Amino acid sequence: MDKELENNNIIENKALIECKNVDVFYANQQALFGINLNIGEKEVTSLIGPSGCGKSTFLRCINRMNDVIDICRVEGSIKISNEDIYHPDIDVVELRSRIGMVFQKPNPFPKSVYDNVAYGPKLHGRILHKDDLDEKVEKSLERAGLWSEVKDRLSEPGTSLSGGQQQRLCIARAIAIDPSIILMDEPCSALDPIATAKIEELIDELKDNFTITIVTHSMQQAARVSQRTAFFHLGKLIEVGDTEKIFRSPDHEQTEAYVTGRYG
Amino acid sequence: MIIVLGLLSFTIAKQRALLYLQNNEPLRSMPVYHGLYVSLWAFLIPFFLIILFLTFKANYLNYLVTPYLSEETISLGSEEIMYVKNFLINNISNLNNLINSGFISEADSNSLIEKYQNSRLISFIFVIVLSIVLSFVSYRKLSVRFDARRRVESILKFIFFIFSTIAVLTTIGIILSLIFETLRFFSQVGFFDFVFGTHWSPQTAIREDQVGSSGSFGAIPLFTGTLLITAVAMSIAAPLGLYSAIFLSQYAKPKTRDFLKPILEILAGIPTVVYGFFAALTVGPFVRSCGEYIGLTVATESALAAGLVMGIMIIPYVSSLSDDVMTAVPLSLRDGSLALGATQAETVKKVIIPAALPGIVSALLLAISRAIGETMIVVMAAGLAANLTANPLSAVTTVTVQIVTLLVGDQEFDSAKTLAAFALGLMLFVITLALNVFAMIIVRRYRERYE
Repeated sequence: MDKELENNNIIENKALIECKNVDVFYANQQALFGINLNIGEKEVTSLIGPSGCGKSTFLRCINRMNDVIDICRVEGSIKISNEDIYHPDIDVVELRSRIGMVFQKPNPFPKSVYDNVAYGPKLHGRILHKDDLDEKVEKSLERAGLWSEVKDRLSEPGTSLSGGQQQRLCIARAIAIDPSIILMDEPCSALDPIATAKIEELIDELKDNFTITIVTHSMQQAARVSQRTAFFHLGKLIEVGDTEKIFRSPDHEQTEAYVTGRYG
Repeated sequence: MIIVLGLLSFTIAKQRALLYLQNNEPLRSMPVYHGLYVSLWAFLIPFFLIILFLTFKANYLNYLVTPYLSEETISLGSEEIMYVKNFLINNISNLNNLINSGFISEADSNSLIEKYQNSRLISFIFVIVLSIVLSFVSYRKLSVRFDARRRVESILKFIFFIFSTIAVLTTIGIILSLIFETLRFFSQVGFFDFVFGTHWSPQTAIREDQVGSSGSFGAIPLFTGTLLITAVAMSIAAPLGLYSAIFLSQYAKPKTRDFLKPILEILAGIPTVVYGFFAALTVGPFVRSCGEYIGLTVATESALAAGLVMGIMIIPYVSSLSDDVMTAVPLSLRDGSLALGATQAETVKKVIIPAALPGIVSALLLAISRAIGETMIVVMAAGLAANLTANPLSAVTTVTVQIVTLLVGDQEFDSAKTLAAFALGLMLFVITLALNVFAMIIVRRYRERYE
């Protein structure tokens, strides 16, 4: 009960995403237990916790990517800008077009760099002229910090880039659909430290325009990039609060044990 | 017998190696390898020897019976000699038959049979002794430090090499025989008459004065027939197969897929003869009555009927393979597209199919080569008339059907008619080969671009 209080405490009224009593089941196995978590607008929230604690599952609830999995069932309510995204009237495809997602492993499409970024805008038909599309692609790549590296290689396949570049391409691809929210599922787990540093820098810049939720296994990363941190354990949300507080003086013993590396 | 010896030597050698182990001596290879090493020697060499014996048995028997031919037989000419020789060889272990035949006297019969049985006994004993000697020699080599494992590996490597060589040589042999027979054909019929001739009526005269004695061997009508039927078949199989593959791999629930896919694959297991009479008895008349209904004249045996049924037959080749490659497209790509707000259909069209295209192309080409090579359906449903036409409603014939009709009959083997079958076969082979090479080039180019 005190958990809920904490939640409400920390989030004033600038919460963009409000989750109430979210339960997730895979067939008969419950993966998430009554998650109450609010995510603030235009800030970075990191989800940490040991493997299998349900943080990725929770992330995938936000853009309903769990719908893809047949045996997965989501209960409770998740509201984005006060709109229940699990309401039957919600168009999932439209919902996802408002939320960008970056995956664990870079997954550029087997298309050119240009087509990778143009994929979303073309799909949603918001851009009609070739010039506008060119501009959109350039701007997205620029915001992902990739433009200078790939501006001469736009027609090369996206898969020919290095791992870090591929991941930034995927971020550019997500930005290109003008989302309000970007979800990142361990975006740096397949990257080397230098590429990781670049992505972290990028996340820091992006937070001025986007609400970012990032799942990460690296505590340092969570500490570096996020304003708020939520700690998950065994499908439960143990604690959420300002990143500084979570890492300096967490309320829960479990949280402390985890962030200090004694556990998990 | 040598198998028993091989097994025996395996056990003995293994026992010896186990003995080392029991004495806590540092055995270099596992006991199994000691056993294998000895038994491979005891088994393989004699085994190859037996194969060698069997290969040359016919030559040996021929040599054996030659001195026993009576002068009377020899004077009758080569055909009679062959006949008597074959009789003797076939009855070489049956004394009564030999004597009763009258080709050979009783004393000669006895000595022939004795010689034959002696040689059998000698070769048998030779093999057994060789096996024992080899196992003994290799057994002597065993010791604690003996590296049996690596030797067994190299022996096995050699065996695998032999087998792959056999496979390759067989293929080469078939192709060579095709080429030689084709060359013989072209010595009788001009190359251009064959490849560019538009009239096919493969008759050769049995008597000099026969009417219509000069046949013509223009292969164009056959190949257009093949193309026509293949085109009809692919226009059925490609969309049906591809769309069912998309459904199976992207939309169907796992349970539905597990249920539907095997059923679809059963289509590939139906004997083509069954498809053939299905085409001839059901689809052919149906197509004709449909055609008549809208005022078209349709032959009962039409390219359309055969093509339709053939298309159904090759659906599983397209669907099953395409389904496999589409399922193999990484889930992360699909998720990436869906997360960008693409619908499932958009994802399939823009991400899944491009990513799976090399596989889909090769599935289609496999189906095409299957359709080109198909015989039975066409024999039964499309007729034998070699019409040069692009009209799918008329009767046509295909290369494979003509090969069958050329070889079924009592023509002598070196007539142009029979040899034409080889020429057709070679051309068909070249075409399917070209198709496969073409497919490989497409696939490779595509891979280079996207990987």
